[in-house]
Amino acid sequence: MSSLESNTEADSDLTPKIPVWELPDVPKGNLSPHLQLQRTRVVCNKEAPTNTENVQYSGAYAAMGVDNSLGLGEFRKRFRVEVIRLTEGDMEFDLIGIDASLANAFRRILIAELPTMAIEKVLIANNTSVIQDEVLAHRLGLIPLQVDPRLFEYMSENDIPNEKNTIVFKLHAQCEKGGSRSTVKTDELKWLPNGSELLLATENMASNEASKPKTYTSFTCSQDSLPEFSKNPIAPKHPDIIIAKLGPGQEIELEAHAVKGMGKTHAKWSPVATAWYRMLPEVVLLQEVEGNKAEELVKKCPVKVFDIEDICKGVKRAAVARPRDCTLCRECIRGDDWEKFVALQRIKDHFIFTIESTGALPPEVLFTEAVKILEDKCERVITELS
Amino acid sequence: MEHGSYQDQSKATFSLTDEDHTLANSLRFTLNQDPRVTFCGYSIPHPSDARVNIRVQTTGDPASEVLKDSCQDLMLMCQHVRSTFDQAVIDFKNQKILEAMDIKL
Repeated sequence: MSSLESNTEADSDLTPKIPVWELPDVPKGNLSPHLQLQRTRVVCNKEAPTNTENVQYSGAYAAMGVDNSLGLGEFRKRFRVEVIRLTEGDMEFDLIGIDASLANAFRRILIAELPTMAIEKVLIANNTSVIQDEVLAHRLGLIPLQVDPRLFEYMSENDIPNEKNTIVFKLHAQCEKGGSRSTVKTDELKWLPNGSELLLATENMASNEASKPKTYTSFTCSQDSLPEFSKNPIAPKHPDIIIAKLGPGQEIELEAHAVKGMGKTHAKWSPVATAWYRMLPEVVLLQEVEGNKAEELVKKCPVKVFDIEDICKGVKRAAVARPRDCTLCRECIRGDDWEKFVALQRIKDHFIFTIESTGALPPEVLFTEAVKILEDKCERVITELS
Repeated sequence: MEHGSYQDQSKATFSLTDEDHTLANSLRFTLNQDPRVTFCGYSIPHPSDARVNIRVQTTGDPASEVLKDSCQDLMLMCQHVRSTFDQAVIDFKNQKILEAMDIKL
């Protein structure tokens, strides 16, 4: 023991060495603080973040008597949802106690696998505007439509367009000769509940005049006779999106056919403007920051995470007031020894989820639909295995 | 589709068509939570094929059974997420209505 003590004295200018047998015992079934930090937090250091990976293996801490598995019971106990903001177009909520893989699955499904309706086929009868047919068709495709996609079916390649899989719009805009230029906006897209009005070229030749002439769609009934649409007619979500600008004498006449699709085929079918999540930032003051240093810290942060609180006799002390606003710009740990005072972390199982809907469905419905799709995927695998 | 041997059913690779990281990564997570699993991982052999391979090795139980249980777990988790979320949204909306009416609980 004496030789050991002399050793530590020799190294006293460096960090003090503590022999391993003198370290305090960690009670069985508990993780030591540094492992707990490693498991639950991403630490954002000056140069790069550490502990970014998740420890997933259920037996990772078996030697310490800690069960790393997340059973359903445990999950049910810990999982929480907190809605922060909910409007017609977007929502923000916290998912607490869930793994990143699930949060990411929901995000991916929201963006790429939730169906919506979007214009897919454009039949152009006349276009004398400066905007080319294909560019015009592409612009029309990106217009968000306010219609519940769950009321429609997918149209496969060989399907005939009917009232269950197609929505038809008409656009006929003209700019008078001698007048000034005009703007064509989405409110000029008129819904045709009876389907296409353009006749098929081959059918025009046929002399069968008694029967109804064939068009590009074959609707058996009018869509506005259906109870879902009789009260709220189908239209673009926003009436003021500019489609084209016309000069005097120019004209656009076309028919646009919208079908059901998914975001992974083309982004126009994505029901969200974007959906994203971030882990909850956690700002920890490792020691008291007082006086001038506190004021410096408050000034350093561009998003005003810190506040100054007065403790007795006008002594100023920094406090973390708004950690949620932290962008982890790491400005507060830049320079000298600031890393000794402030630790920037992120909580690994706390996700701030934001969904911006394009208007077909409200954001809270989008999320539940996304979760349902993940359930369906599991069910498919189960039936395929058995 | 399952690739494995008849002699040892505790190790197998499952090839799922029309799936990607969305399902495979979630399944890898639930599989790792199962103490019977000694190894699991997934790969997408080619980015332009809609296919993932999920490798499962267990301590003895048939790999297909373990994978099936994991799917079941994931499904139950999703159902719990959905009910919790719906409840949170309802609570939030009620709170907003109460605030609008200026009633304090």
